[in-house]
Amino acid sequence: MSSTTESLPFTPEEAAPPRNTAWRRFRRHRLAMLGAAVIAVLVLGSVLGPFVIPYDETYIDILHRFAPPFAGPHVLGTDELGRDMLARLMMGGRISLAVAFTAMAISMVIGISVGAIAGYYGGVVGAALMRLVDAVLCFPTIFLLLALAALVQPGLGSITLLIAATAWMEVARIVEGQIRALRERDFAVAAEVLGASDRYIVFRELVPNAIAPIVVSATLNVAKAILLESYVSFLGYGIQPPVASWGNMLNNAQIYLTSAPWLAVMPGLFITLAVTSFNFLGDGLRDALDPRMDQP
Amino acid sequence: MTPILDIQNLRKWFPVGGNLFGRNRRQVKALDGVSFSVRPGEILSVVGESGSGKTTLGRTVLRLTEPTDGAIRFEGQDITHLSRRALRPMRRRMQLVFQDPFASLNPRMTVERIVATPLIIQGGFSRAERRERVAEMLRLVGLQPHHAERHPHELSGGQRQRVGIARALIMNPSFLVADEPVSALDVSIQAQVVNLLLELKEKLGLTILFIAHDLAVVGHISDRIAVMYLGRIVEIAETAALFRTPRHPYTEALFSAAPVPDPTLRRGRILLEGDIPSPLNPPSGCAFRTRCRFAEAACAQEVPPLREVAPGHLAACRRGDIALQGVLES
Repeated sequence: MSSTTESLPFTPEEAAPPRNTAWRRFRRHRLAMLGAAVIAVLVLGSVLGPFVIPYDETYIDILHRFAPPFAGPHVLGTDELGRDMLARLMMGGRISLAVAFTAMAISMVIGISVGAIAGYYGGVVGAALMRLVDAVLCFPTIFLLLALAALVQPGLGSITLLIAATAWMEVARIVEGQIRALRERDFAVAAEVLGASDRYIVFRELVPNAIAPIVVSATLNVAKAILLESYVSFLGYGIQPPVASWGNMLNNAQIYLTSAPWLAVMPGLFITLAVTSFNFLGDGLRDALDPRMDQP
Repeated sequence: MTPILDIQNLRKWFPVGGNLFGRNRRQVKALDGVSFSVRPGEILSVVGESGSGKTTLGRTVLRLTEPTDGAIRFEGQDITHLSRRALRPMRRRMQLVFQDPFASLNPRMTVERIVATPLIIQGGFSRAERRERVAEMLRLVGLQPHHAERHPHELSGGQRQRVGIARALIMNPSFLVADEPVSALDVSIQAQVVNLLLELKEKLGLTILFIAHDLAVVGHISDRIAVMYLGRIVEIAETAALFRTPRHPYTEALFSAAPVPDPTLRRGRILLEGDIPSPLNPPSGCAFRTRCRFAEAACAQEVPPLREVAPGHLAACRRGDIALQGVLES
């Protein structure tokens, strides 16, 4: 037995597991860390905030209409009906973030499925699916979204689905390329020779190896979804009042832009913060997860 | 004795080029009429240079690709056209060890998960059973229990290949295709892995189809050797007979290129000119005639069949009159 047992001590070529190096690289990315912190604050604030502050977002304080921020009992002021801005921003954040995350999740499921099927089977099926992706990508996102939004009943569910429907194509492209490259690798053949089904090979063996670009694109998709939801709600096709979202709060604020500018500035600021934070986070993840960036 | 694997006139052609409607499409004849059988318990080696179709042969007999023509019988059952679903239970009995231990292990999985993959795919094992069998298998291939939690990139090439062997053998197959299992390893590690395969063959009663181009390794382990050239078997014989009295000029040339560990030994080196011809457009008649020093006009006429030149010794050369130089096996 001694002849076949390698007596070499355990000396790995790459000592550190990849997750740690990725985390180290991510921590060096200051903006991404900042973005992650801001996102954490926004999410926590939106989820827990409404339980903490004393005002309900629909409570009408008729005596304090158009109260400016940082003066009086309403910390961030009130709107034209005397509703507390902070409460509305928090509830709007819940809606906006929930729509964004759900739309991201749906677009990921569609994009990964389409990309994986196209990349794994290739041939006519793959070509047909990818040309469909190209065709959908040809439409400018905003026009596609508005055209669709005009056709359906506006609401939380429909707006989420619409955003997802306009955001899955890039994921599909990324996943298709990755799967097409990975399926030629021997470990995919090994699974096949073990009798694995296509579904096992794609989702248990191949997709986990494409997780880095998928995570990055998911993060960037959240930013895109927040922005899209704001666009559509701002134009009046999205989330309908009295339910608050950052987008329809902006819509409301238009007419009071000169007399009560904080009504527009506050939701605008939150949209900007959220979108830039997710974009920075995505950039940081891309750098951290991409092995080619592995420099000291 | 009934063969464990029996192949009749196996062909695998890959279509290349051509336009959308298949016009001008040509065929790469990776396997062009291969017949042989593998006896239970033996190690049959397949040798040949790059592009001779060795790897395609290994993958086609395991039905990783659909053969163009011919028949494959495994343990008496015709598996030539079985569907993937129907093949699944057969997969327990026939397995593959890969050449590249870097590409053949999923980089995101731990060694334990990789070796347990066959048990998960075939199903019917509890978590505890899987753990136990993986631990047993790792011990059998000479890995330590703590290796189970490692990822492939944390292991050396030899250790990785041991993991690949453990994965192939955990379902207790009867037949193993080893596709150049040591050619990607350091020379110092090669012997260890080859010896491990031999040891496991004895212990588990394996039959091995060993695909290789390293003649030293092949001579050491094989019971029989098949020599391939451009998708055909040109000679097949017992190892000793093949080394001592090759009957095909290509076998002779292949052997003369192999280094012999004896600096005092002087022997004629037969240099083949040019590259292996393109399998898209192989020479007419005997495919080797363009590089053969014994070629004559008649060699271009028709493909020479494999014929028995001595008991158990088959060669595909129409010239039975030539004296070929063997390798001294001491």
